[in-house]
Amino acid sequence: MSKTFPMGGIHPPDTKISATAAITPLAIPAEVAIPLGQHIGAPAGPIVKAGDKVKAGQLIGEIAGFISANIHSSVSGTVKKIDDVADPCGYPKKAVYITVEGDEWAEGIDRSTTLKKEITLDRDAIVEKIKAGGIVGMGGASFPTNVKYMIPEGKTADTLVINGVECEPYLTADHRLMLEHADEMLVGVEILRIALGVEKAVIGIEENKPDAIKLLSEKSAEYSGITVESLHMQYPQGAEKQLIKACTGREVPSGKLPIEVGCAVNNVGTAYAVYQMVQKNQPLVERVVTVTGKQVSNPSNFLVRVGTSYAACIEAAGGLPEDTGKVISGGPMMGMAVADLSIPVAKGTSGILMLSKTEARRPEVENCIRCGACVSVCPMGLEPYLIEKFARADKWDQAEQRASMDCMECGCCSYICPSGRPLLDYIRIAKGEINNRRRARASQ
Amino acid sequence: MWAVSVALIPVFVVSVIVFGPRALLVLAVAVLSCVLTEAFVQAFMLKKPVTVSDGSAVVTGLLLAFNVPVSIPLWMVAVGGFVAIGIGKMAFGGIGNNPFNPALVGRAFMTTSFAAPMTNWRLPLVFDGSTGATPLGIIENAAETGMSALQSELPSYLNMFIGNMGGSLGETSALAIMLGGIFLIARGLIDWRTPLFFLGSLAAFTGIFWGIAPESYADPLFHVLAGGAMLGAWYMATDMTTSPMSRKGRVIFAVGAGLLTGIIRLFGAFPGGVSYAILIMNALVPAIDNHIRPKRFAQGVIHEKA
Repeated sequence: MSKTFPMGGIHPPDTKISATAAITPLAIPAEVAIPLGQHIGAPAGPIVKAGDKVKAGQLIGEIAGFISANIHSSVSGTVKKIDDVADPCGYPKKAVYITVEGDEWAEGIDRSTTLKKEITLDRDAIVEKIKAGGIVGMGGASFPTNVKYMIPEGKTADTLVINGVECEPYLTADHRLMLEHADEMLVGVEILRIALGVEKAVIGIEENKPDAIKLLSEKSAEYSGITVESLHMQYPQGAEKQLIKACTGREVPSGKLPIEVGCAVNNVGTAYAVYQMVQKNQPLVERVVTVTGKQVSNPSNFLVRVGTSYAACIEAAGGLPEDTGKVISGGPMMGMAVADLSIPVAKGTSGILMLSKTEARRPEVENCIRCGACVSVCPMGLEPYLIEKFARADKWDQAEQRASMDCMECGCCSYICPSGRPLLDYIRIAKGEINNRRRARASQ
Repeated sequence: MWAVSVALIPVFVVSVIVFGPRALLVLAVAVLSCVLTEAFVQAFMLKKPVTVSDGSAVVTGLLLAFNVPVSIPLWMVAVGGFVAIGIGKMAFGGIGNNPFNPALVGRAFMTTSFAAPMTNWRLPLVFDGSTGATPLGIIENAAETGMSALQSELPSYLNMFIGNMGGSLGETSALAIMLGGIFLIARGLIDWRTPLFFLGSLAAFTGIFWGIAPESYADPLFHVLAGGAMLGAWYMATDMTTSPMSRKGRVIFAVGAGLLTGIIRLFGAFPGGVSYAILIMNALVPAIDNHIRPKRFAQGVIHEKA
């Protein structure tokens, strides 16, 4: 019996149509727009100005706060301007626009594919390097990785959990990375294990990727601390708390971080980025992006320089299908619809998904028939129907009492609702409102 | 909702075999009355889109018909259907908003308004279809006469299981009811806990009295097979809208309904108590939902430091 998390969850069709498409480097565009805020926390402060010459891998935005991350140029060329660019939500964010000239990398960066296994740095030096390389969580949330490895006083870690679950339908970027860069990734895991100061690292992979499970199980045999855990398919297993539960049996309490139960979680993509930075001096300036959809002519996994437009990625996969109803940044469950295809790929962009008009259409909203399906699929044990009701009636205290803030927005409730109710939409409203009220209370 | 109608096919077939073609008429009138009432209220009173195609009014009509004797005058069935949908459902805002099971609202109205026709039970056709008491009616005064004196009048357990006994149209065959019920469980449309805990608590409660005084009380198996217990436990207590949202809540609801059924059967004014037991528990659903919350992730977890 393979493991999984025991409570709630759904089984959407996995639709991994790009699973066999090898990672191919996407052509460097003529111009990139590199957002200064690609992570949770304070945006980086720009240290270049219009007219400056930059090389790929050169620092262009400096970390600006405890939770923040460095930003590097992904291309060589001339800084055109520092101006607004839309993020996937449509909000303006400051970005460095660079006109591309050639592909020259900053000094000290090893772009060769030679595997460098020997880890020479110690714990502090590794964390420092991760910070310098602007590495953030690549599973979607984009939380600065170095912060996870600054363990608060009084807490100890004993297990590193590596997320190779990729439970979002359609997405295959992590899957391909595990298959094609298993050696580098495992060195990355080893580096993270040392950085966390633990003996054990578990890589959790769902059963729909048997090739990745087999390959990593074989290759990890030479690392005494690393094991691979084959997990029963169930969404949202890639959620931090669910993954820790599935791999270790531990439950992270409400409002707490994984360190509370002695764990840290990082994505396989992050482990690969850590390898690139720590062993090869290459900061996080490119990532694998799945470009897919049922109508897309060549569903692909591209290695994309940060700052490349979504439109360029879509063009390379065969262009925007005529029947497209929605373009989604990320996966179909937790991703968000984008309004503008000129927006740039960022460190956290795991996929670009094109849904047809039929797939994108939302069902008509009908009365709640109190079937309780939303309650039974909620992996956090919440009552989505009730939070929706409270949110519609502006009853924020009651919404807060019913643990709305535990919601991680996986969308199982909206997915399962037979009446097509926009449950998650209202839970998000409730969470926003509860946050505002908490801030207001704190400032009094 | 159409799946529930499909699940009711075995019950439907048995009711026609056991009580004859008039069962078809009663069923048709009940379904028509429910569907037309819903359509009328939506189209002319609420001026909203008519949603009878969702099949829920059909289910209410079927369940209402399954809860009345075959001999009932058809106009009373029509009135019952009108009350079930008009007052039991649409007056509260339609599907999803009704606190009480609409079919049971209709039945409760009919039992109080048409007391005699609603208890004019017929025996199955194989026993000539004449007027006769239901098993629960037979044992009503068991405390005085003693159970052993009544044995000859009672149908065998096998007959009670397959549906060969007097009673409402759809309540007689445990077999047919369970066939459809298992289909609904397999489709994930009803929670298996509800019939299990309903019938289990009814059996436990009646079993205590039977264990103490077997001459005065019928045994638990009799109570599970007799009257509306089966139909109520599988099709009425499992109604999504009028039962609690959490698994724990549904268990409490089912246990409460089973106990109340036992109490009404043994000590109440009516021989049968399923419909009132469920209606009372329906009224308690908001309170159950308010107090019984699902188990949260990591609830009560105290992590021991390694």
